[in-house]
Amino acid sequence: MSSFEFIPTTPEDQRKMLAEIGLADIEELFADIPAEVLKRFKPMGVEPLSELEARQLLTGLAQQNAHTEQYVSFLGGGIYDHYVPAIIPHLVSRGEFLTCYTPYQAELSQGTLTWMFEFQTMICELTGMEVANSSMYDGGSALAEAMLMAKNVTGRKKFLIAKSLNPHYRQCLETYAWGAGLELADVPFAEDGQLDRSAISSENIAGLIVQTPNFFGVIEDLTGLKELIKDAFLIVSANPIALGIVAPPGAFGADIVVGEGQPLGIAQSFGGPLLGIFATRMSYVRKMPGRMAGRTLDADGRVGYVMALQTREQHIRREKATSNICTNQALMALIATIYLATLGRRGLRRLAELNLQKAHYLAERISKLPGFALRFSGPFFNEFVVQTRKKPTRLLKALHDEGFLGGLDLAPYELLDGNNLLVAVTEKRTRDEMDRFVKVLKGA
Amino acid sequence: MGTTIFDIGEESRTGLRLPALDVPEKNVTELIPVGLIRKEDPKLPQVSQVEIVRHYTKLSRMNYGVDNGIYPLGSCTMKYNPRINEDMARLPGFAHAHPLQGDKLSQGALRLMYELGEYLCAIGGMDAITLQPAAGAHGELTGMLLIKKHFERTKELHKRTKILLPDSAHGTNPASAATMGFEVVPIPSDGRGLVDLEALKAHLSESVAGIMLTNPNTLGLFETDILEITKLIHDVGGFVYYDGANLNAIVGRARPGDMGVDIVHYNLHKTFSTPHGGGGPGSGPVAVVKKLEPYLPVPRIVKENGKYSLDYERPHSIGRVHSFYGNFGVLVRAYTYIRMMGDAGLRAVSANAVLNANYLRARLSKFYKAPYDRICMHEFVLTTKGMSEEIRTLDVAKRLIDYGVHPSSIYFPLIVPEVMMIEPTETVSKEELDRFAEALIAVAREMKENPQVLKEAPHAVPVYGASVRRLDDVRAAKEPILRG
Amino acid sequence: MTYPREYRYTKEHEWVKLENGKARVGITHHAQHELGDIVYVELPKVGTKVTQMQEFATVESVKAVSPIYAPLSGEIVEVNRELETKPELINQSPHEQGWIAIIAASNINELDTLLTAEQYEQHIGGH
Repeated sequence: MSSFEFIPTTPEDQRKMLAEIGLADIEELFADIPAEVLKRFKPMGVEPLSELEARQLLTGLAQQNAHTEQYVSFLGGGIYDHYVPAIIPHLVSRGEFLTCYTPYQAELSQGTLTWMFEFQTMICELTGMEVANSSMYDGGSALAEAMLMAKNVTGRKKFLIAKSLNPHYRQCLETYAWGAGLELADVPFAEDGQLDRSAISSENIAGLIVQTPNFFGVIEDLTGLKELIKDAFLIVSANPIALGIVAPPGAFGADIVVGEGQPLGIAQSFGGPLLGIFATRMSYVRKMPGRMAGRTLDADGRVGYVMALQTREQHIRREKATSNICTNQALMALIATIYLATLGRRGLRRLAELNLQKAHYLAERISKLPGFALRFSGPFFNEFVVQTRKKPTRLLKALHDEGFLGGLDLAPYELLDGNNLLVAVTEKRTRDEMDRFVKVLKGA
Repeated sequence: MGTTIFDIGEESRTGLRLPALDVPEKNVTELIPVGLIRKEDPKLPQVSQVEIVRHYTKLSRMNYGVDNGIYPLGSCTMKYNPRINEDMARLPGFAHAHPLQGDKLSQGALRLMYELGEYLCAIGGMDAITLQPAAGAHGELTGMLLIKKHFERTKELHKRTKILLPDSAHGTNPASAATMGFEVVPIPSDGRGLVDLEALKAHLSESVAGIMLTNPNTLGLFETDILEITKLIHDVGGFVYYDGANLNAIVGRARPGDMGVDIVHYNLHKTFSTPHGGGGPGSGPVAVVKKLEPYLPVPRIVKENGKYSLDYERPHSIGRVHSFYGNFGVLVRAYTYIRMMGDAGLRAVSANAVLNANYLRARLSKFYKAPYDRICMHEFVLTTKGMSEEIRTLDVAKRLIDYGVHPSSIYFPLIVPEVMMIEPTETVSKEELDRFAEALIAVAREMKENPQVLKEAPHAVPVYGASVRRLDDVRAAKEPILRG
Repeated sequence: MTYPREYRYTKEHEWVKLENGKARVGITHHAQHELGDIVYVELPKVGTKVTQMQEFATVESVKAVSPIYAPLSGEIVEVNRELETKPELINQSPHEQGWIAIIAASNINELDTLLTAEQYEQHIGGH
């Protein structure tokens, strides 16, 4: 056997260890596997590479992708090009954070449990809710879990879904709903891009699912929605950066607030790993999915943290658990925690303002171009839909040639008539970049 | 102890200055209706950058990771996480690529995913794969949906209501099956610690949608009757789901597909060396036999004339289980690992993982009871039952912390009382295995001579050990304090 | 430990005490000991109809959840609200203050299917 850098055992070690076990050959360890199975085995046909060769190979693959250090990005639709503070990759690369697992042994995991507690606190503050878990897979699956929880609490099966929900999330909901035997019905959007509340009938529904800002970037008016649907669940998917300036769903009586946490310092990474946010009211805590840290005392009366309310979880309650989730997105939640600590209360508000102001600057400039208009009149945060006479594919091509990822062509989603381009503006975009963007649109 | 970031800082400090606004500033109330503007800022801390770095550095030192030493959690495969993987996932072309930038601008990412899928299919002996599931349990849920979709198409859904589950299964298995509307039927283990074939046969009927098997099982034993089990399930028209959590035991030498398995999930954060991150991100790709391919989630990655693209045109697909394509960054890490190990390396992985487990078992079964004392695979179980009146396995685990090693999994699987489930992995040296064994042996001695020292453990050791003494779980459960 | 002679028991470790035709129900000393510190009790709603050996409540320790089965069929007419804030009563006084619910039994003959104290002691002795 040739020696691999990740396997320290030497042939001499193997010989001694086999002697202790009372065997002569390593292959004897596999005697329980039926010979027929062993005989059928075929290798992948992959030769081992050295680290240097692997680095060269992967670097070559990475170079075949566009990325936002090379292109100026106006692309959003759920994943955004925000600035990641320098300290984040350094801190989360520390081996004690990176290479530990679920904090089963609390006394050896106070670091993880402490930041989980911090994260939960921050998410409660952002969303205006009473209790948050320490992460779900992503925004889409968090929404699906919220739907399952609402079903379990209300005992009802029908959900109203805003048509303005991110269609990727919508597809996740449809998949889970089909599996769990739930029924989904659409609520259309009005001319301003907000939910058409005249279409809401609260009869026998388990919940209403809305997103703010929604897929079109429009900030939803949640006022009075909870009153409209009574004891059904108001489930809101929110952008956490927007919550720096937009009133939190908790203030409107939301029962569950979820969201995609990627904007909180997490790399775009071709759409994953992401961060599912999940918060609810304390009265539903025992029906909530996911891990949580809780504060307690140790044998000497010192404050420490443990995993709390584990009896909700699958490793104890098995088929009756509130969710099947086990491994979640812990490291991404740590990133979000450090990110929010780094910005602080004032920084988050200022960041949200930068996004808001810049997006409105660009929207205003584009809307003045002949043949371009804003599709919706409702308030928006950092993303908006541009209606154009020109084909989005042509615009995107022209923008690409000038070094832009120009936005998202909405045609494949079949939500709107005509030509529509979804444009996102984060704090990273400069006035100069936006002016050049407008110039390309004009000339395309 | 217990200090959070909220206890640090001062109102006028900041961790990051933001650039000045370079466009004309408008009054926010002109842009957002007053009623929708946040009235009160979230109570986030105001902390300087150096305080943040020191706080999280301090927290990291209160943790124990694979980088600190042996971490023998059973069925978790806490192997070394190669740093090259981290560098590769952070390459700008991977880390800063947007999932909706289009196939043309994503050829490298798509090719990586396509090839990783091919490798995983080859490793599992399967035909087709989805990389979307973000963790093992997410893969299980996807697998249950695939089975459901198939029976919907064959119009048998009304009668295919049951999923059989050996009682040694991970808790995620029954939870995944139940979430997707199946009735869970537990199958007991027999005296060998394997699926009780007679009990299994007694539950076979046309109401069986499938069985979920972990093989080797959580006792660390290979299901020697696997070929008969898969045949029995197929004979009644059911599917065999294989929980790949324990794939490290057989990787590079035996394939679930060759055992008659229809669906298998891989835990890339276990067998394929990607870091556990304190509880994720993981990745749980699901591979299937040809018959189930039409139901895999969209988009699928396809290759045509040397070009890669995302294919959404799959009319029988279950849909989507992730917002985009799964935990791509984790896929990059696993791809790097597979390319570096190759066939020879993966075969060496299972050889050494199983050797290490058996070596520990051989040494420790002289001091603890091994309920199934025979050759095991990559992990094994011990119990303290009957060793002491007053000492429980929990105390043994807490005492191990004082010896500077991470305890094994405890109280799982549920079918063995006072159990320890030990999985060393292939990435620990013999010297470290010996240190771990000697620590457990010393604790066994203390159990008789000085039980009090176990009950009071851990005794807080500040550096890379316990930063606190034993924590009060009961208090945390009775009066939950879940936020600051 | 001797178990109250006037109570009847299930193999699943519930006890039942007949009071004016109504059945007071709880879990046994043995059960609370096996579970350890009880941290939460999920009580049924008053008015719930139950059949014998149907799960009607759960008790939780830190790392285990145990279903509680109805020893007799009938309707839940009262629950021990004190357990909501003091679940430890089950540990401290399993057979008295730690009672869980009162069932208006619909078929008193079911009592004959339950274990006597002697039989229960034998049952747990065998464990």
